[in-house]
Amino acid sequence: MGAWAEDLARIRADLHVHTVLSPCADVEMIPPLIVQRALELGLGLIAVTDHNSSENCAAVIRAARGTTLTVMPGMEVQTREEVHVLCLFDEVEQALAWQGIVCDHLPGQRNPEELLGAQYVVDSEGSYLRTECRLLSTSTDLALDEVVSRARALGGLAIPAHIDRPSYSLLANLGLIPPGLDVPALEIFRLTDPSQLLEEQPGLRAWTLIRGGDAHRLSELKWALNLKMRGATTNELLMALAGQAERSCSLAPLTHPQKPDMMNVIVSQGSL
Amino acid sequence: MKLHYVVRELSLTVRAGKARLDRPVVGGYAADLLGCAMAGSHPGQVWLTLQGHLNVVAIAGLNDLSGVIVTEDKPVPAETLAKADAESIPILSTPRTTFEVAGLLWALGLRI
Repeated sequence: MGAWAEDLARIRADLHVHTVLSPCADVEMIPPLIVQRALELGLGLIAVTDHNSSENCAAVIRAARGTTLTVMPGMEVQTREEVHVLCLFDEVEQALAWQGIVCDHLPGQRNPEELLGAQYVVDSEGSYLRTECRLLSTSTDLALDEVVSRARALGGLAIPAHIDRPSYSLLANLGLIPPGLDVPALEIFRLTDPSQLLEEQPGLRAWTLIRGGDAHRLSELKWALNLKMRGATTNELLMALAGQAERSCSLAPLTHPQKPDMMNVIVSQGSL
Repeated sequence: MKLHYVVRELSLTVRAGKARLDRPVVGGYAADLLGCAMAGSHPGQVWLTLQGHLNVVAIAGLNDLSGVIVTEDKPVPAETLAKADAESIPILSTPRTTFEVAGLLWALGLRI
């Protein structure tokens, strides 16, 4: 737990961070550099959310020991509908139990490293431990509802990721927010202007929106969220997302840290 | 062309919406991204998809589609089937791929 664990405190957070275990992440996404960058940004809380695995969570948590940064173990699961969902937990053990379930629902194919990139398990210093050979960047056969309910049954919480992206998202893949979807918040893409999105999708006004960095490289790590809560537990986060008991959650101001030429690259690749 | 003719010719399994197999089919549309289906499909078309999510029923209803063909025998949850029955939207299943089904529908004379 960070230094602010005892009191109601305002903290900056990014609940969507990848490590080198995600094949699409840069090799710089190792625990000490992630922690260093998070501290530079003044973040008090990050969540480690690799694709369909929580294997590197413990290493990032260890790397943040003795600092003001709290690291929440998590995962970005790909549902049967190809929707990405952040699952966040309090303890590494819960995340690893969740990983066991997810692993049972993956197809068991080999990761084509030359096409997708390597999946590295590392220690808290970022040193290589092993290569995960199993294909992680693919769909589980767990339905969205199952992911939400089963993550919760383990004591975690589930938040659909980057719902406004053109792929792997709630809005693109499922067209609309499924009626009865029981999640505490929806994550929007790191560069999305929420007022514009709400104009296009007025139905989202009923939801708590969070922003996540979805960082695959250090420059994408973001002061994404302002949270006011007492300690970095999923229960506190739930209260903050619901705006209960003086807890609160708001989007950090939208900034574009990318240089203009970088933005052009992103747009030309169709990522927006 | 009526939907029951398509069901017979392609040996589709009727999973829901049996009461509406008399609907005319005017064309076809294929997509697994429901957002695309919502934007790109038109009334009277039959929709080919791998998705069995509940929202499939909502979009088929919204765009007044004649029916949904779930390909590769992908799972369709009971709640989707119940909703489709309630909304009288035919849900049809086949072990064939979307590519095969589209080809067969084209061969039957269906166009966009």
